[in-house]
Amino acid sequence: MRLLPHTIVAIAVLLNLCAPASAELLFPPPEFETDYVMPGTTTPHPHQDIYEYVDVAVLLIALSLASYLILKRRSRRATFVLMLSSLVYFGFWRKGCVCPIGAIQNVVLSISDSTYAVPIAVLLFFLLPLIFTLFFGRVFCAAVCPLGAIQDLVMLSAKGGVSVPHWLAAGLRLLAYLYLALAVLFATTGSAFLICRYDPFVAFFRLSGNVNILIIGVCFLLVGLFIGRPYCRFFCPYGLILRQFSRLSMRRVTITPDECIQCRLCEDSCPFGAISSPAVQWPAVEYAGAKKRLAFLMLLMPILILLCGWAGSRLKNVTSRMHPTVRLAERIYLEEAGDVNDVTDPSTAFRATGETIESLYQRASVIRERFTLGGWLLGGFMGLVIGVKLIAVSVWRKRTDYEAERAGCLACARCFKYCPRERLRLSKTKKEVR
Amino acid sequence: MAEIKDNLTRRHLLKTGCCAGCLAGLGGLAGLLAAKGRAGDTVWQIDPYKCVACKNCQTYCVLEKSAVKCVQVYQLCGYCDYCPGFHQPGAAALDTGAENELCPTGAIKRKFVEEPYFQYDIDESLCIACGKCVKGCAAFGNGSLFLQVRHDRCLNCNECSIAAACPSGAFKRVPADKPYLLKKVENA
Repeated sequence: MRLLPHTIVAIAVLLNLCAPASAELLFPPPEFETDYVMPGTTTPHPHQDIYEYVDVAVLLIALSLASYLILKRRSRRATFVLMLSSLVYFGFWRKGCVCPIGAIQNVVLSISDSTYAVPIAVLLFFLLPLIFTLFFGRVFCAAVCPLGAIQDLVMLSAKGGVSVPHWLAAGLRLLAYLYLALAVLFATTGSAFLICRYDPFVAFFRLSGNVNILIIGVCFLLVGLFIGRPYCRFFCPYGLILRQFSRLSMRRVTITPDECIQCRLCEDSCPFGAISSPAVQWPAVEYAGAKKRLAFLMLLMPILILLCGWAGSRLKNVTSRMHPTVRLAERIYLEEAGDVNDVTDPSTAFRATGETIESLYQRASVIRERFTLGGWLLGGFMGLVIGVKLIAVSVWRKRTDYEAERAGCLACARCFKYCPRERLRLSKTKKEVR
Repeated sequence: MAEIKDNLTRRHLLKTGCCAGCLAGLGGLAGLLAAKGRAGDTVWQIDPYKCVACKNCQTYCVLEKSAVKCVQVYQLCGYCDYCPGFHQPGAAALDTGAENELCPTGAIKRKFVEEPYFQYDIDESLCIACGKCVKGCAAFGNGSLFLQVRHDRCLNCNECSIAAACPSGAFKRVPADKPYLLKKVENA
C-alpha cells in the first residue's frame, strides 16, 4: 500500500498543474471503514467584552479616587498607594493595553476613516481622563497612568535629582509635539500606530517584547533615575493634550491649603520643575523691548506656519514610507528596474496575488498624495506650536505666590508636606480628632 | 455686589467659557464617533488564503511564545500515509522518527486510524508558528494545515506587532464573535 514519497509528490505536482481553478481536493478525505469520527478544529474564544467594561469602570473609580485623595484628602501616601494599584492593574495585569495614550490613534483613525468605528470602551478610555482634567487637573498622570507610575517608582531622589531648566524643558517638549503630530499623521493615513509601536514600558508590563523597545525602555528608566518622569514630561503625546486641558481646569492642586506665606520652603520640592516663583513686577527696562518683540513674533507667526508646512509637505517621500503599500511599491519598482537582484517576502507575496504592478503603483500614489496634505498640516501645526512658545516668552503674568504650574503640574501631591500652612492644618485636624 | 464682582473677573469668565467649550467639544466628538454605529469589539486574525507562511508569526509576536499556532481542519485533510506537512521531503521512512519529521519541535502528532490512513494533530504547547508544515501542506497537499491566531493566548494589542511585519497583509481585525477564519470545506 505504501507508495514512494517521491512518486506521490510527483503526482501531486502533476495534479496541481492540471487541476482547474475550482479547487477540488488533491487528496479527498477517505471514506473510513471503521467507526472513526473526525475531530473538529478547536476555536478557543477571546476574552469576553465584559472585561473591557470592567476596565472602564476601574478607570472611572481610579480617577474619582485620585481626585478625592489629591484635592480633598491632600495625602501623598494614599496617592502613592493608588498609583501602585493602577500600575499593577493597568500595567502588569491588563498588560498595558488599551491605554488613553494609544487611544488617540483609534479616535483620529475613526474620524478620518469612514469604515473604522472606534470601540466604545476605547473611546471612553480617551475621554474620561480629559474630562477629569477639566475638573480636577492632571490626576490621571498622578495616580492612574501605569507609564507614569513605573517612572515615578524609579526616581532615586524624592526631589527628582537633576532639575531641567525651563527653557530646555520647553524645547524638549517640542519632541512630544512632533511625536503627537507624527502619530496622528500615521494613524489617519492608516500606516501605523506609532505610539503603540514605540511604547517604551509595555515590554516591562508583559515581561517580554522586542529587544529595541526594551532598550528604549531601559534608557528611559535609567534617565528617570535622575530626572523625574522623562517620558511624561518630554515625550508623552497624551500628556500634551492634558497640559492644555489642565490650564482650564475648574479645581487644581494648590501647594498651600489656604494662604501662601512666601516662606520658600516648597521652592525646590517639585521633582518635575512645576512650581513657579512669584513674579510681582515686570522689569521696567525690558518692557518696551518686550512689546516690540511680541509684535514682531505675532507678525512672524503666519510665515513660520507656512514655512514649516511647506517643509512638512516636502517630507512626503520619507514619511509615506511608513505605509506598507508605499514601501511595497518602492520595492517592486526597484526590482522591476533591475536595481536589486533578490526578492523580499512582501514582493514575493505581492506577485503571487496576481495584481498588476500598475494598479499597485496607482494605490501607492493615492496614499502618497494624502501625505502631501498631511505634511502641510503637520508642518503648519509645528510652526504654530513654535510660534506660540516664542510668544509665551514675551508675555508676562503677575504672580504673587508660589504656585503649582497650571499645565506642568502632575498633581503628584509631593509638595504639600513642605508647606508650613499644611502642617498647621494637619496638626489642627489631629487635635480636633482627639 | 462687591463679592460678585470679585468672583466674576474677565479671566475667570473666559476660563469658564473655554472649559465649557472643551466639554461641549468632547461631548460632540463622543456623539459623532458613537453615532458611526456601535462598533463591536474586534480581534486580530490571519486570512489563511493570503498567508505565505513566512515565519514572521514565530518571531514578531510580543509574547515569548507566539499567539499564532498551526491548526488542522480535519475535513480538508487527506489522512495521507506520506504527509508533506509532517515528513521531511524524501523522508527515509514513513514513521514518526525525528529525522523524518518536518516540524522542528515535533508538534505534529501522527496517529494510525486504519490502513493506510493516519490522523495528524497539532500539539499547541509545542507549536512555534514557524509555518514549515503549512508550506509543505500547501505545496503538495490539501492545505488543511494553516496558521491562526489563538485567542486564548492573544493579548489583542492595539497594533499587532505581527500584523505590522506581515509581508502579505494577511492580518486583519475581525468581529470578536467570529474570531477565526478557517478554510472553507467545499462540497460539505
